[in-house]
Amino acid sequence: MEMPTPNRRVIEARDELFARLAEVMGEAGVISAPEETLAYECDALTAYRCRPLAVILPQTTEQVAAAVRVCAEFGAPIVPRGAGTSLAGGSLPTEDAVLIGVSRMNRVLEVDTANRHVRVQTGITNLAVTEAVAPEGFFYAPDPSSQLACAIAGNIAMNSGGAHCLKYGVTTNNLMGVKMVTADGEIVEVGGAHLDPAGYDLLGLICGSEGQLGIVTEATLRILATPEAARPVLMGFASNEAAGECVFDIIKSGVIPVAIEFMDKACIHATETHARAGYPLDVEALLIVEVEGSKDEIEEQLARIREVAERHDPMVMREAATEAEAKAIWLGRKAAFGAMGQLGDYICLDGCVPTSRLPEVLTRMGELADKYGLEVANVFHAGDGNLHPLIIHDANKPGELEKAEALGADILKLCVDVGGCLTGEHGVGVEKRELMLHQYGPDDLEAQMRVKDVFDPAWLLNPAKVFPLSISEPRRAA
Amino acid sequence: MASELRPADEAELAEAVAEAAARRTPLEIRGGGTRAGLGRPVQAERTLSTAGLIGITLYEPGALTLVVRAGTPLREVEETLAAEGQMLPFEPMDHRPLLRTEGEPTIGGMVACGVSGPRRIQAGACRDAMIGVRFVDGEGHVTANGGRVMKNVTGYDLVKLMAGSYGTLGVVTEVAFKLLPRPPRVASLVLQDLDDAAAAAAMADAVATPHDVTGAAHLPATGDAPARTVVRVQGMERQIGYRAERLARRLSRHGEVRRVDGEEHDRLWAAIRDCTGFADRPGAVWRLSMKPSDAAPAVEALRAALGAEALYDWAGGLVWLEVPEEGDAGAAAIRRETAARGGHATLVRASAATRASVQVFEPEPAPLRRIAEGLRARFDPAGILNPQRMGG
Repeated sequence: MEMPTPNRRVIEARDELFARLAEVMGEAGVISAPEETLAYECDALTAYRCRPLAVILPQTTEQVAAAVRVCAEFGAPIVPRGAGTSLAGGSLPTEDAVLIGVSRMNRVLEVDTANRHVRVQTGITNLAVTEAVAPEGFFYAPDPSSQLACAIAGNIAMNSGGAHCLKYGVTTNNLMGVKMVTADGEIVEVGGAHLDPAGYDLLGLICGSEGQLGIVTEATLRILATPEAARPVLMGFASNEAAGECVFDIIKSGVIPVAIEFMDKACIHATETHARAGYPLDVEALLIVEVEGSKDEIEEQLARIREVAERHDPMVMREAATEAEAKAIWLGRKAAFGAMGQLGDYICLDGCVPTSRLPEVLTRMGELADKYGLEVANVFHAGDGNLHPLIIHDANKPGELEKAEALGADILKLCVDVGGCLTGEHGVGVEKRELMLHQYGPDDLEAQMRVKDVFDPAWLLNPAKVFPLSISEPRRAA
Repeated sequence: MASELRPADEAELAEAVAEAAARRTPLEIRGGGTRAGLGRPVQAERTLSTAGLIGITLYEPGALTLVVRAGTPLREVEETLAAEGQMLPFEPMDHRPLLRTEGEPTIGGMVACGVSGPRRIQAGACRDAMIGVRFVDGEGHVTANGGRVMKNVTGYDLVKLMAGSYGTLGVVTEVAFKLLPRPPRVASLVLQDLDDAAAAAAMADAVATPHDVTGAAHLPATGDAPARTVVRVQGMERQIGYRAERLARRLSRHGEVRRVDGEEHDRLWAAIRDCTGFADRPGAVWRLSMKPSDAAPAVEALRAALGAEALYDWAGGLVWLEVPEEGDAGAAAIRRETAARGGHATLVRASAATRASVQVFEPEPAPLRRIAEGLRARFDPAGILNPQRMGG
């Protein structure tokens, strides 16, 4: 992985920089000893590591703002970090960077059920937001599978999704406002407890900008009333095509399930070995379709889903009659990533394709995997076409990681070529930076970089991410 | 009337913009013209019409995806979707009754003005349903952003930036939307004679249920018409019965509940969506976006100060205000409320003279204003796209 040449002047001025940051941080201090910065050398994309120059963990927005002003003065790049669960290397540091983590800012500031929102500091985990409002009968909808660990800060930076996006949308659809520190260290508020912006939709720009437009320290989030109940049905099919067409037809029939999860044969077998969820092993593809509502509402929706599914000759159709049966159906799905870990090292991709092209993409992906001599297992959110192919490989074997990465790049290009995109919910980070030109033309990227020019003229905020290095180089060097 | 450019496709449109940029000829961007009175009046030498950019380029009902050119009439899109039992999720308002305009609303106009309707509280705004956009910036560059899939975090989200930017950052040429199935059944529950504060409590109660309330509005008493508070649910055959019954029970603590179906129901919601209550009244009309619980107290203060009339949508989060069109049309008093409570106010209907002298959009704090100006300077360096429409 190529990263920009570190700025020597910043590194040489480190003692002075640390002293100034220490003034800002007070007792909380500046973490700069190599054995201590080690913990921040990577996020969940562990193949790439680099210790930052220093790490600070502010406790207030004012501290973040003051620290940003110091960094700006020294020309030091800033790498913002939530919980460090990015699979795209979104918080991978560089040697000359000050890493600003928001993990100590994790309080719930306000729960307002009458107006259906909650205000939090962004170091809070995704799940903790729902836990804070659950006693009042509410929940926060976006639920990335890392929700136990991932922070709202990172959710906003990457515009995270989850399994329930088909019905509830992604982070940007549930984010009402932010308090943010700008690149020049000013504190601004965008949006709030009201709906829709007064001027340009800056909130829409900030969400998903991968920490390149500012550091978000507080967020106002939409909360929704908890559904009365949910029930999954598990269906097995003789081919990926049949399962893919079934997904398409369910949606066309007018039901919006809260989730439609798809597992292919490789994934079913790995999962069953590991989790013993009782999944059928003679099918090529499994769907888990979940609907919500009262008992009657669930019955009505499932009846229609059954009717649609029958047209695609399911080999298995198992409806959860009890809470325990529902848990059993989800057990395997939730264990899938862990189970895949048993098969070897894996790279988790995140491409998105139009749902009409799902069967074709799965077939072509299999052909690509054969070409590389690697195995690909698939478990993904089928209702919205968000694929998570897992490329199984042995990272200790020389050259195998590179081979897996090359296959990954080919699969993502395939996603783009059929009308999809490189990343549905993980973000570009460093991982898919160089592939951006496959999806966007130079003018398209220029328009995006102009936005960064406006928010961060010196390109100090997470500068080596999102854009191909060769394209962002003149701006970063300026 | 300024002379009109009517390019036949995106490439011609880009050429026209590039030429206007080279000559520094300001352009007024025009779709169907039904919302031309929104924003500050534009002083432009020429009009750039999107009427030549028509047609649905992709519609996949099973993927809930539609891609359509900007000049396409909204009516045509809605009819195409209805034939497949689908719809745009955000129930866009028709501004014709309120603004007293004629013509056909277009996709581009709706997107440029970021127009949503009552369902916004449940299904999101126009911007939330937008998943891809193509536009021509102020130098004539054709730019694509987003795509046609509903989850996409590849690079910055300029799709949202285009929504509600009133053509000042680029001329939108094509938009991709995610769609929703049209629920087969719909019903509303009506409470009568509630004052604004009681209505706010009832609406808050309704949207806090798990019954997917898709509309919650309050129409205060006028003349001989009693106040009505209306809550809407949608769903499948059995679902609608269940939802209406449960909601009625929940709302009964606020007063006597009546169920409304059929034609009366549709008329009622079209009136709420289009703010027709103020269509035939003489005053200026403002649109306030506030925290729902702040709306009633703000309206009470503005009734006393300005003699304002109000209509509430979005469970109170959206307030339509009619005030006498005198002086600043109430701008100072209204913005005292939004400044104190949070939220923002937009002057939606007033004479061109008033819209030129009053700040139509809520003034932004200095750092945000600098960002907005920076974006305008980068996307439209010659300042030719709808100059002044959003002020500044």
